[in-house]
Amino acid sequence: MRERPQSHGRHSQTLILPWNPCYSVLRLSTPTVERIEQPKAPGTTRQSIALVFLCTLLGAAAQILFKRASAHFSLNLVEDATNVWLILGLLLYGGFTLLMVLALRQGELSMLYPIISLTYVWVTLLSYTMLGEKPNMMKNVGITVIVVGVAVLGRGGRR
Amino acid sequence: MTPLVKSILLVFIGGVVGSFGAVFLKLGAEKLTKSIWSFLNIQLAAGVALYLLSTVFYILGIKGGQLSVLYPMVSLGYIWTLLWSRLFFKEGFPPQKFIGLGLILIGVVFVGLGG
Repeated sequence: MRERPQSHGRHSQTLILPWNPCYSVLRLSTPTVERIEQPKAPGTTRQSIALVFLCTLLGAAAQILFKRASAHFSLNLVEDATNVWLILGLLLYGGFTLLMVLALRQGELSMLYPIISLTYVWVTLLSYTMLGEKPNMMKNVGITVIVVGVAVLGRGGRR
Repeated sequence: MTPLVKSILLVFIGGVVGSFGAVFLKLGAEKLTKSIWSFLNIQLAAGVALYLLSTVFYILGIKGGQLSVLYPMVSLGYIWTLLWSRLFFKEGFPPQKFIGLGLILIGVVFVGLGG
């Protein structure tokens, strides 16, 4: 086990709360002392992971909007241009893409891309709380396994 | 072609297109400088275009199919992306990446089954 710095960086601590499932990911991927001393070493920074994490929140919101949009979606561009849900969803996806690009500057694609799967976790939780869906055992197992998977992945990318 | 096969095919294509979108976004991200104009590069434009295209495929696919069948197809996108990361960016693959991704794929399938 490598030694970790006592004080954590500026970004994630104010952003991510301990009871958040992603907290463990960020803890696991805390840059080591060597990483801070050699900022140009390849690898994935904690900041990148925090950015992708924000992406997943935007993505979840966008998916719910797209779900509404899909009821009216057609190949008729004039109709789509007046589909408010589609336009809002696309705007959120714009923000999602921007954050993703910023994250990819300092991170491995194979490390950051699968973290997007946290979107499923948020969509599922949102569908329970906002859409009034009944909690479902399969889904609960699924989102738990995803969170564990992302945590394991975060460990692999740590340098 | 039955509607289900058509949906599966659309989502499958969407996943492949989207994974290439991610590759181009990564290529474009590496070209960024401190100038805001560096966002206007051909790789980022290609990445965004591919993402939009994959979204169209997904929406058309999801419209006509059951999510429980389609989610495993969506999660295939992660495998493509991993493959391209290896091929194009020579990224390292410690066992944790495979285990982590395997768990994510299983999780996505379960979420789909619960849908």
